[in-house]
Amino acid sequence: MARFRKEGGKKNPKINTASLPDIIFMLLFFFMVTTVMRETTLFVRTSLPSATEIQQLERRSLVSFIYIGPPLQSQVFGTEPRIQLYDSFATVDDIASFIESERQATAEAERPLMTTSLKVDRDTRMGIVTDVKQELRMVNALRVNYSTTRGEVAGIR
Amino acid sequence: MARMTPEINAGSMADIAFLLLIFFLVTTTMDVDTGINRMLPPPIDPNAPEPPPVRERNVFVVLVDAQDRLMVEGEPGNITTLRERAKEFLLNPDDNPNMPVKETTEIEHIGEFDVSRGIISLQNDRGTSYEMYIAVQNELAAAVREIRDEVSRQYFGRRFSELRDEELVNAVRRAVPMAISEAEPRDIGRR
Repeated sequence: MARFRKEGGKKNPKINTASLPDIIFMLLFFFMVTTVMRETTLFVRTSLPSATEIQQLERRSLVSFIYIGPPLQSQVFGTEPRIQLYDSFATVDDIASFIESERQATAEAERPLMTTSLKVDRDTRMGIVTDVKQELRMVNALRVNYSTTRGEVAGIR
Repeated sequence: MARMTPEINAGSMADIAFLLLIFFLVTTTMDVDTGINRMLPPPIDPNAPEPPPVRERNVFVVLVDAQDRLMVEGEPGNITTLRERAKEFLLNPDDNPNMPVKETTEIEHIGEFDVSRGIISLQNDRGTSYEMYIAVQNELAAAVREIRDEVSRQYFGRRFSELRDEELVNAVRRAVPMAISEAEPRDIGRR
């Protein structure tokens, strides 16, 4: 009978791992290019509504974000929707100074292109949103973007 | 004989790369920001003279109440039919005297075009849910976009979003303006 296996010749060959770093670096660069840095820690829940007529926000440096929604820590802060600017809770009166500081941080030539992105939870009532919009009008920040995800609209199935 | 350079051990290189990779995975987000772009009306100057009244037939009134119910042109409406009704209003295909006036305008690249003078007026209550508000905004925007697509197809053979030439885009924009106005807010529902 033929012998297929030889005694003692059964050493595992070493796998060459020299290209492993290259593969990992490739993954690293992929993620560095496709993702953006997280800027704020969210204190409010913003599960966005969905819409079909959406446009992409370009030039993130020209976009200021206003988050509105019920606080995540509802035991501490209650369930009433709150406004978040940067990394803290705020009130409607803070919006004017928020927009002003965002304007100061932008080159003068690009100020007309500044957009305010409203990230509002879908269950929020319009009252607080209307107040924010009125405040934005007062400080002439007229370009707004109602942040939504892509998808079917509520009520139309 | 020259000394051989000792080989550098690159075994830990993968670990370093992994560390960096995980750092970036944790600190970054992948979401692309998308949404509905809108221009808010400029603040009202209290000293400015009253604007001339808009003729009744040119205004398409959409009201949303605190219970998320729709009122379209004075009768109960439905979100599923809102898009069609808004389109019909803006186009006014039968020249209905209750629907907007059309003004023949000379537009570059298109030529003479009947531009509708219709305005969609959207008013919501403070108690309206944000989801419903977005749904209504979306349907009205979709109505305008569909009309723009039709005009764009008819004159340039392409959908509006596929037009690359800035001049053609502006021509279609002039022919079909995005005439959605938000009325000054009111508080009726009190929630």
